[in-house]
Amino acid sequence: MGAYMRQLCKGNVAIVKGAILAGCRSYYGYPITPASEIAEAAALYMPQVGGTFLQAESEVAAINMVYGAAGAGARVMTASSGPGLSLMQEGMSYLAGAELPCVIVDIVRGGPGLGNIAPEQSDYFAMVKGGGHGCYRNLVLAPASVQEMADLTVLAFELADKYRNPAVVMADGYIGQMMEPLDLEFREPEIPERPWAVKGTPETRKNLINSIFLEPDALEEHIRKLEAKYIRASQTEVRYETFEADDAEILLVGYGITSRILRSAVEMARREGLKASLLRPITLWPFPTQAIAEAAKKVQKILVVELSNGQMVEDVRLAVNGKVPVEFYGRTGGNVPSVEEIHSQVMQRVLALA
Amino acid sequence: MAAETKPDVKESEILAAGYQVSHSKSPLFYEKYERKGELQGQTHYCPGCGHGVAHKLIAEALADLGLQDKTIFVSPVGCSVFAYYYFDVGNVQVAHGRAPAGATGIKRTHPDKIVISYQGDGDLAAIGTAEIIHAANRGEKITVFFVNNAIYGMTGGQMAPTTLVGQRSTTSPWGRRPSNEGFPLHMAELISGLEAPVYVERVALSDNKNVMKARKAIHRALEIQRDGIGFSFVEILSPCPTIWAKDPVEARKWVAETMIPNFPLNVFKDKKHEPVENAVVPQRPVYEVLEISNAPVGPDAPIQSIPANAHDASDQSINTPAETAKLEDINAASAPRPHVHHFKEFEVKVAGFGGQGVLLLGQLIAEMGMRERLEVSWLPSYGPEMRSGSAHCHVCLSKERIGSPVISHPDVLIALNEISLRKFAAQVAPGGLILYNRDRLPADFPLPQARIVCLPASEIADKLGNTKATNIVMLGALLEETECLLLETADDVLKTKIKKVAMLEVNRKALAAGREFIDNYVRVGAVSQPDGFSY
Repeated sequence: MGAYMRQLCKGNVAIVKGAILAGCRSYYGYPITPASEIAEAAALYMPQVGGTFLQAESEVAAINMVYGAAGAGARVMTASSGPGLSLMQEGMSYLAGAELPCVIVDIVRGGPGLGNIAPEQSDYFAMVKGGGHGCYRNLVLAPASVQEMADLTVLAFELADKYRNPAVVMADGYIGQMMEPLDLEFREPEIPERPWAVKGTPETRKNLINSIFLEPDALEEHIRKLEAKYIRASQTEVRYETFEADDAEILLVGYGITSRILRSAVEMARREGLKASLLRPITLWPFPTQAIAEAAKKVQKILVVELSNGQMVEDVRLAVNGKVPVEFYGRTGGNVPSVEEIHSQVMQRVLALA
Repeated sequence: MAAETKPDVKESEILAAGYQVSHSKSPLFYEKYERKGELQGQTHYCPGCGHGVAHKLIAEALADLGLQDKTIFVSPVGCSVFAYYYFDVGNVQVAHGRAPAGATGIKRTHPDKIVISYQGDGDLAAIGTAEIIHAANRGEKITVFFVNNAIYGMTGGQMAPTTLVGQRSTTSPWGRRPSNEGFPLHMAELISGLEAPVYVERVALSDNKNVMKARKAIHRALEIQRDGIGFSFVEILSPCPTIWAKDPVEARKWVAETMIPNFPLNVFKDKKHEPVENAVVPQRPVYEVLEISNAPVGPDAPIQSIPANAHDASDQSINTPAETAKLEDINAASAPRPHVHHFKEFEVKVAGFGGQGVLLLGQLIAEMGMRERLEVSWLPSYGPEMRSGSAHCHVCLSKERIGSPVISHPDVLIALNEISLRKFAAQVAPGGLILYNRDRLPADFPLPQARIVCLPASEIADKLGNTKATNIVMLGALLEETECLLLETADDVLKTKIKKVAMLEVNRKALAAGREFIDNYVRVGAVSQPDGFSY
């Protein structure tokens, strides 16, 4: 095992470095702000390590190239932002239906429509609840730092393989564009055998990559099989982080860039003697339902903050199931709340408790 | 799939029309079509459908060429969606119109295998036009078989992009009208107009003679792929008796008499193998590309680093191994010095015009902080904001994990132009510092709660021979004024960031000049704002 060193790295670049570390040698994509550095880094690095980078004619083509490469047994990825992800939804449904592992990165920008290129978290519904057709799930990871952009990309590849399902790394324009120290530890990637893949060999000649099940019973059986996989994932793959979790009166819940602002807000609140805490989902699907339900028992109020007009808050409310009030504060359009802004939101709500 | 209406046609009639019915099955087909579920001895295609013949010709060619174990067959959406029922080869079924993209991903993964995209006219020439044109234009070394029957079969008889002018369909009930639906697309002609494709031919399953020509074309297309020459494309005019409401004999006649005059049979392209010149990409070990060292690192070992913008296309220089070795030498000589920072958190905002090195200055400060073992973050303005000519970035230095990387109230604002000063000065934390790139403040500028140091950094850099060093003059001033980071660290970072010796010298002088200005020209306590230094 080799050692590591720290490098100052951009979030979007860290994704590609993580992918290469994970043994990914196939990238198919299409540029879009604020995700383009991912394609640029892949174009620069992939061919140098014997890999493939191909700029597709569209996101539609890109995701289908990913589909082809995944079906052929490659560890493969693509990346885009909101509008591009909208175009990829068909392909993502096919990938899930055909049980193909791959990693899809969404550096979320403002929407709907062309929106703008500033950070939002408004793709939560599309990535977590599915934006494509049919009964399927994406495994969704939400990094909050440059280090996690690399680490969770590695994890995404592992989970994608473990469950033969697309895994999404969902960050926002800020995490994608910012630079922070990155520690990469060199290791030989562990890529599981893919005996089901179609490789153009005698051994794989009988293999079929497919998502058609004409008979209703056959399709239902297939969907049950996917469902069992999703249940297994939701029992074993939940990841989250807490901060100042003991003795809190108010719990803040947020992910990605928002969680960092919330962390600062919790520190600010604690300095003033307000008992605030933070729970940050790292996996958005599977969602830390149980952890939030447990946390809800210890606090009087929950405040969910998102860069949207309220998407994840629905999952928090489902988890809390009415035990304590779940309130929401969101900013949209690419506006990112300041720590002071969140602090005042926390203050108002804590004062209301008294 | 089309409704299974089976016209009552006798085999003798087929034979009389000059078409040989062969009962032998290609060894490349499955013995029994088990995936089909029912009627495993026969295909799902209607009697007289061209797909069966096309399948058979492809299967025979693959068997002849001995490619069965190497072949990956990509099925489209359309009547031939179930091609994988029949071909005993690797099979991948792909979304409507996307087969050339899927095939691209497969072929790029297994370049030495045979990848076939088999598509109908709706799939290839309507919904998938972009995918086929671009796969052809890239010269993907795949083979595309395009079955053109001028109608939508699977969905039951709607207009295709290849439907002829005047031809009726369920969605062109008055016949295709060019003023409403345009003209039929001629895909073979379109594809052959591109540079990359090697082999493009149109054939027809109209009679024995043409079937034999189709057989030859299919064979040739697959040979071209086998030999790794390039993109091959065969358009196959094909009967669809069921939807055309004709019996198989009439249907083949319609192909001959109506389709062929509209879609002329031709070898549109048959290029020889011509090697194309490609730029050579240097191959490097993964740890080098990822810029991770294999040397053991302990708590006291030097922290190595690399140019933070190594990925920037604008500053492109792929490090050769020799250069990397040099970098490592420099790094080895520059272990971080112990430095007890006088702050817990230190936040800097840098702002100015694009091209003034705003983002780079921020990166340098972050890089220095990292080398001094602080937690750091650098957050830029990006996108159109950058392109509009102004840029800013936030840099946080902290002894602890950094929460929000977005700075509301920076300790220091480095304003490289007047717009930035006016825009951001009021945000600076009380008691903070503003470094302004002029020798005096604008006449009407209200004094904020921060100290302001005016220094003509651009003029100083100009005198040193390079205006681009303005940001480094500012860095020198920042270090001298705040002592937030060590001068030695700045020098180390410059050494690793700037490869040209002359440029490094200019920047070192700029760094020193910035410090010197603070030491010698800034009058402590000066308050005259509009035309002097304010403190």
